[in-house]
Amino acid sequence: MSKWQEIKEQIVASPVWQSMFRHGYDDTPRNRVLMVSGNVWLHLHPSKVRRHGIRLKFTWCMGGITFLMFLITVVTGVYLMFYYRPVAQYAYADMKYLEFDMPFGMLMRNMHRWAAHAMVIAVWLHMFRVFMTGSYKPPREFNWVVGVILLVLTLLLSFTGYLLPWDQLSVWAVTVGSNMARATPLLGHEGPFANFVGVNDVYDARALLFGGGEIGPHTLLRFYILHCVFIPLVTTLFLIVHFWRIRRDGLSGPPL
Amino acid sequence: MAAPNEPKVLGDVGKAPGQLAKPARVENTLRKARGPGDDKVHTWPHLVRIEFLVLLLVLAGMIIWALLVDAPLEQPAAPTRTPNPSKAPWYFLGLQETLVYFDPWHAGVVLPSLIILGLIVLPYIDINPNGNGYYTFRERKYEILTFFLGFHVLWISLIVIGTFIRGPGWNWFWPWQPWDVHKVVAMTNVDLPYLVGLRGYWTSAAFGLTVIVAYFAIGVAALYGWVVRLKGKDFMLRWGMLRFGLVSFLFLNMIAIPLKIALRIGFNVKYILVTPWINI
Repeated sequence: MSKWQEIKEQIVASPVWQSMFRHGYDDTPRNRVLMVSGNVWLHLHPSKVRRHGIRLKFTWCMGGITFLMFLITVVTGVYLMFYYRPVAQYAYADMKYLEFDMPFGMLMRNMHRWAAHAMVIAVWLHMFRVFMTGSYKPPREFNWVVGVILLVLTLLLSFTGYLLPWDQLSVWAVTVGSNMARATPLLGHEGPFANFVGVNDVYDARALLFGGGEIGPHTLLRFYILHCVFIPLVTTLFLIVHFWRIRRDGLSGPPL
Repeated sequence: MAAPNEPKVLGDVGKAPGQLAKPARVENTLRKARGPGDDKVHTWPHLVRIEFLVLLLVLAGMIIWALLVDAPLEQPAAPTRTPNPSKAPWYFLGLQETLVYFDPWHAGVVLPSLIILGLIVLPYIDINPNGNGYYTFRERKYEILTFFLGFHVLWISLIVIGTFIRGPGWNWFWPWQPWDVHKVVAMTNVDLPYLVGLRGYWTSAAFGLTVIVAYFAIGVAALYGWVVRLKGKDFMLRWGMLRFGLVSFLFLNMIAIPLKIALRIGFNVKYILVTPWINI
């Protein structure tokens, strides 16, 4: 036995290593199960899955890609948060600073934005695939509902992030996108029956969203907190439920 | 694994080839005969390796995309300088495009709410037990066609129009036409009651309301008759009035979008119902 192999075996046999890793890579049926059930991340999966449920032809891998896009935006988003201040005087200058001065700033910003767009596309394709395979049918009806909520949360995440660069594109896109809130029946000041409720331009559904009668510094802070804290937390909660339900009900596939 | 000369299905022994069940059925029956455990494989390595490879590929693709294409950053925000056109983020442009044909409370609030509601109730209104977990068109034709109409035909094509075709003043510009900010488009739209010769406020409103109520009443009745003729009374009883009512209400609201677009483009109709509170 060579010296290196001896050292390796000593390390693997040591109490420190044994306390961290409970099984190796032996390709035995028992170990294959342990690989999944003994790992906190991998045990999102059941230890055995239906052969039909894992084919790319069947899943398009779109749910997984959506989750990957979510993770990319979380990682790059944390990086961007180090250099960005949600204050009207600084926000745009911080964007320029981030693009031209910060190491990998431009790459991180690009990744964040394109992953956000890709997440919207992937979540639509995921919904389309789940519809086409009829995977929303019993017993998975409620998980489809959770998925619809996640779809709405994805759009809200993307929309609230749209404002943060604080440039002409973001401010006017969010203005146009939010104008519908002021047309809400009863609750928007330009909507039907607004007179009966008594809402006005600084006290209606859109003002709640903006934190005032129009887009301003208060809106920037509000959207920043929604984008970086509130909606990601809510999304994570629904993701937990979504994954748990898949785990419980199993991957869908043709009837056995 | 089945031996090559093993009969495909127990019940098929001794039958002529023409009498054998269809291949998909054979597969299913075979699986049933073997027991449910037989279809399963270990997650590690069979699923984990697929996920890992897709992760690597997609991550590489995202990095290349981010290296090649920069995220846009325009001039600093100026609340007094409105760009023309002002567009919402691209995924909302289908809704912004419907603003051409409907008032904001309808296009911006009611339609998205109905889309979300329709998606949420989908698993509960679809009681067809077939097509659960595999691709099939034949076994669920109407579900798939309705979904295609809503998602592909309406949602996606309206987004494409809003993103690539709409220019200054939200006017129609083909991709090869230069954007002319001074383009003049004649406003020749009139309300439907006006078009049929009504001039008084009350008669116009009553006519408009009648048209809309008639649209839903006739639509629901037609759908009812069609479903009963296609699927029989028994199916309608199993489906139930609540499910049928939801489906027909959502379906008629969806069909109203292309209908209103056709009325606008074909007959310059602006509104059907005009009141001081709401216009439809």
